[in-house]
Amino acid sequence: MQPILSVRGVSKTYASGHRALDPVDLDIAKGEIFALLGPNGAGKTTLISIICGIVTPSTGTITVMGHDAIHDFRAARSVIGLVPQELSVDMFETVLASVRYSRRLFGKPGHDSYIEQVLRDLSLWDKRNARIRELSGGMKRRVLIAKALSHEPDVLFLDEPTAGVDVALRRDMWKLVHRLRQKGTTIILTTHYIEEAEEMADRVGVIDKGRIVLIEEKTELMKKLGKRQMLISLQEPMAATPADLADWHLTLEDEGHILRYVFDAQAEHTGIPSLLRKLTELGIGFKDLETSKSSLEDIFVDLVERKEQAA
Amino acid sequence: MSAGINTHGVWAIYRFEMARSLRTIWQSVATPVITTSLYFVVFGGAIGSRINTVGGVGYGSFIVPGLIMLSLLTQSISNASIGIYFPKFTGTVFELLSAPVTAMEMVAGFVGAAATKSIVLGLLILATSALFVPLHVAHPLAMIAFLVLTSVTFSLFGFIIGIWANGFEQLSVVPALLVTPLTFLGGAFYSIDMLPQPWRTISLFNPVVYLISGFRWSFFDKGDVSIGLSLGVTAGFMAACLVAIAAIFRTGWRLKN
Repeated sequence: MQPILSVRGVSKTYASGHRALDPVDLDIAKGEIFALLGPNGAGKTTLISIICGIVTPSTGTITVMGHDAIHDFRAARSVIGLVPQELSVDMFETVLASVRYSRRLFGKPGHDSYIEQVLRDLSLWDKRNARIRELSGGMKRRVLIAKALSHEPDVLFLDEPTAGVDVALRRDMWKLVHRLRQKGTTIILTTHYIEEAEEMADRVGVIDKGRIVLIEEKTELMKKLGKRQMLISLQEPMAATPADLADWHLTLEDEGHILRYVFDAQAEHTGIPSLLRKLTELGIGFKDLETSKSSLEDIFVDLVERKEQAA
Repeated sequence: MSAGINTHGVWAIYRFEMARSLRTIWQSVATPVITTSLYFVVFGGAIGSRINTVGGVGYGSFIVPGLIMLSLLTQSISNASIGIYFPKFTGTVFELLSAPVTAMEMVAGFVGAAATKSIVLGLLILATSALFVPLHVAHPLAMIAFLVLTSVTFSLFGFIIGIWANGFEQLSVVPALLVTPLTFLGGAFYSIDMLPQPWRTISLFNPVVYLISGFRWSFFDKGDVSIGLSLGVTAGFMAACLVAIAAIFRTGWRLKN
């Protein structure tokens, strides 16, 4: 299937010589939710800004629904909605006027019933005649989302949608994303909250220092890189891990009260039964066992660290 | 979107900019009316009573075109420059840059609104002047044409300044240090024929002389320089501004990183 968004060899080097983005290739399928994950300054916003036309790329091409984003920018941009990271809204306008303005700016005639629906979905309808400067930070972010959705975009970019946002809005945002997905909207979000990617995304791309480190189906990624760990609470604290247990590469935590064993969940032999037998053999008493799956966050930290070590 | 022009987009920008001025409507109206009245009290009443006529025109009436030009130039620049500078300052410019709007459509919206405000302002000063001095406009169509041409040209110039500026103080540098002095020295309150040499010749290098002269011609059927030359210089400056704006959007200078 032809991707709705195709990025080929897009890179950005600023006039100062700072290289913000190494050449990136990325294809986004219609209707998917793609999370771009990475630490601050990794190049997430730069990539989005290039696709949306705010930053000029140094190299590369971008195609949106078959339209070149530079030569046929009108067609390309008409189908894109962007919710920026910064709370950049016109403080003196009313909510309704501001959302109407966005819709017209994107070339669409006024359509008040649609705008009403968007404002209701975002719990903004009651505030429609309020000046934006009177709203709280969370409400301002809702206004930005309403503006981005005002022209019924096929592709929606959410740049750090839940940075500095309270729990209620975060929940609403997730609901909104799911609703949009049902309508067939393609969503690309950036975040450094792994939880968010885990909750919402179909695919995850990890970007670090201007390079896309990996792109993977979320479930695949979790399966492939997912480690499990077992925490063994000891009856008596230990000063050091006994040499006899060296095969399991255990780490001692909580002042010697806990032994941590990390294992590959996919492996045929997890090593758990033999470890437990060995502990009994050595007469090491334990009062509790706890196993857990590593989250996307662990995977992410692991990836970035591994890359740093390699460099 | 119709026939290759994002008319909704242009209209949205135009209305947004007009709404911005309507929020401060009283300030926008009161300022020119009060300022014009003050000029008439000082120049028309106190000083003008000692100068009888300039080229057969009463001094009070003589300064009207220059007075309108003075406000038109500075206000066009400040309206248009704030219009584009403010979104840059607050960050809302992201929306303009990511919208399916061409450079010229953006210019049409911003400059169209700024020029509209200037034209209204010019007419307001003209009306206020008519309360103080007898006024007769010899070439009304030419007068309106000059009013529109000057408003558009200096709004374009202001738009460039707004894009160039990196701070609020820079916005006022060009109007305060360049345009206002050039207007005062460009014959707003005198005819350059009244100057001794070499100042008369030096004045001919001041582009504002041609604006004021042409505008004055439309009122009194005579100016310091020929009407054709006045029109030519104004149109030339407008063309230069358009070329500069086209280059700015092509390169993304001060707009995109």
